[in-house]
Amino acid sequence: MYAQMVKSEATNEDPEKLAAFQARIDAGEKIEPKEWMPEGYRKTLIRQIGQHAHSEIVGQLPEGNWITRAPTLERKAILLAKVQDEAGHGLYLYCAAETLGVSRDELTEALLSGKMKYSSIFNYPTLNWADIGAVGWLVDGAAIMNQVPLQRTSFGPYSRAMIRICKEESFHQRQGYDIMMKMAQGTPEQKAMAQDALNRFWYPSLMMFGPSDKDSVHSAQSMAWKIKINTNDELRQKFVDQTVPQAEYLGLTIPDPELRWNEEKGGYDFSEPDWSEFFEVIKGNGPCNAERMEARQKAWDDGAWFREGLMAHARKRAAAKVAAE
Amino acid sequence: MSSEWPLWEIFIRGQHGLNHRHVGSLHAPDAEMAVKHARDVYTRRNEGVSIWVVPSSAITASSPSDKGPLFDPSNSKVYRHPTFFDIPEEVGKM
Amino acid sequence: METVVDLDAALFEGLCRMGDTTLVLGHRVSEWCGHAPVLEEDIALANMALDLIGQTQLWLGLAGDVEGKGRDADALAFRRDAWEFRNLLLAERPNGDFGQTLMRQFLFDAWHQPMLKALEGSKDARIAEIAAKAGREVAYHLERSADLVIRLGDGTEESHKRMQAALDTLWPYTGEMMMADDVDRTLAEAGVMAAPDSIRPTWEALVAEVLGEAKLKAPEGAYMHKGGKQGTHSEHLGHMLATMQWLQRAYPDAKW
Repeated sequence: MYAQMVKSEATNEDPEKLAAFQARIDAGEKIEPKEWMPEGYRKTLIRQIGQHAHSEIVGQLPEGNWITRAPTLERKAILLAKVQDEAGHGLYLYCAAETLGVSRDELTEALLSGKMKYSSIFNYPTLNWADIGAVGWLVDGAAIMNQVPLQRTSFGPYSRAMIRICKEESFHQRQGYDIMMKMAQGTPEQKAMAQDALNRFWYPSLMMFGPSDKDSVHSAQSMAWKIKINTNDELRQKFVDQTVPQAEYLGLTIPDPELRWNEEKGGYDFSEPDWSEFFEVIKGNGPCNAERMEARQKAWDDGAWFREGLMAHARKRAAAKVAAE
Repeated sequence: MSSEWPLWEIFIRGQHGLNHRHVGSLHAPDAEMAVKHARDVYTRRNEGVSIWVVPSSAITASSPSDKGPLFDPSNSKVYRHPTFFDIPEEVGKM
Repeated sequence: METVVDLDAALFEGLCRMGDTTLVLGHRVSEWCGHAPVLEEDIALANMALDLIGQTQLWLGLAGDVEGKGRDADALAFRRDAWEFRNLLLAERPNGDFGQTLMRQFLFDAWHQPMLKALEGSKDARIAEIAAKAGREVAYHLERSADLVIRLGDGTEESHKRMQAALDTLWPYTGEMMMADDVDRTLAEAGVMAAPDSIRPTWEALVAEVLGEAKLKAPEGAYMHKGGKQGTHSEHLGHMLATMQWLQRAYPDAKW
């Protein structure tokens, strides 16, 4: 997911306070920034929301790669609006994290130093125009699986950010599928592009949910705190079940010879992605890790004079105002 | 000195004359730019007609531990809610 | 130069000048998406690029109608070569650093806004309507770009230096905006599009005011480049079009 393999922090606090806190969460109450919370809850949330925010910002890059090559004016506008939304979502999420006592600049520096991660999916390249369709259809589709339940997460600012994001994201997946339909029903070359995009994005999309966590202590803690709502396997299954008929409608083949309907469980059986590839990508060895970080680092470094210049001017104005009073 | 722009809380009044509502926050070097950023960030879908910005540091919040004393008393004033009063159906909508 | 007498031919040219300029500038601004110095600015620039792309659809859409050969806005945007483009040279200048992008925007907005205001009075209702819609968007572009030029001109020593360098680099491309040729004169005489030279006093006053506040100095007696409006461009445009038009050119039978 946009936040993958987030380790929960151990908490060593007064058991009575912890029990009262857990009771509030169990009762469906929202936890707000200035209220008491276990240190582990706070740290886990910073990591998870921060990773989610970073994913939105880095996620601008693979799609942004096609803004200048979009094939019509309307496609260009739609894609630009969508990538802009991702910047907005990153912004909302950074703000939510900031209520926990960490600044956006600190989070940015943690991303650039490699201390914090972003979703593995954005380390894959977008190589043909159908990739823009596949990203919307599969990547946003997978993200929505996770984000919709997160609207009910226990931390107030995170929940509110997710509500806003889900509302805005509703058009993203549809625009992706819309591109896929045009491509799949288009010329033989377009259809080939669509199939090629599905071939390359299928397994990385399945990886977005993270490895199986049904036995993970971290996940159990996060689920008890309601900052994680479903297990990775549940979401992955749901995603596959939803996506297979959509691929069939497009007349495209999912690149998994083992894929078949399992009447008994009422869902599809499917092949696991190559988890060794996933761990390599997380470690920095994906096809685009270096380019993605380079782009973020460059924006940060090249923008420093701009951010400082505006701050200096604002200070001058404030000083002049005080002097005039 | 840190060059990180301060944080602002953004309030937007929508099309229908309702109160300004807190929509989120953002960073800006000063109030004027916070208004511009708010327009760009929080009204991308025609959400608003009026924007207020307040430095986050200027917000004083009720303390969570006061939650009981501050809000419980009004719990007992059930007569403030219209459903407290039974009006016979024959009277019609009121 | 060939004198254009036919009003429809002149109108097609005039509309392409507006639409190609917004197309090329919108494309340039969109190149920043995901790379701006701060998230708030990334979002603001995308809004501006979206406005400009939307305006392109209107101007080039109308140009296609006026031409009457069945070309729509996309056909004009994606299937003409550089010499057929009529955009101002200023719009195709590369983004440079963020200061250069903002300075280019300001120098253009200071022309764009009064030009649209003048076009609102066009005898051609279609032009007046587009100008009114675009004018509302561009009023905000100008407010923003002027404000940022002032703030950065009068910010830190470095931001001042960068803004002055941007101004020096871009200034020679400003003259073209206010130069009228036969096409412009034909359109102005017919009352359908304002003459570019009529914008000069407003532009000069606005630019002088903002640069003054920004503590920046416009170069004196600089040579002014021209030719974009007639189809003679810098080398930059060809590369931009190679990127922008590639899919449409490589797969001419495809629908997107």
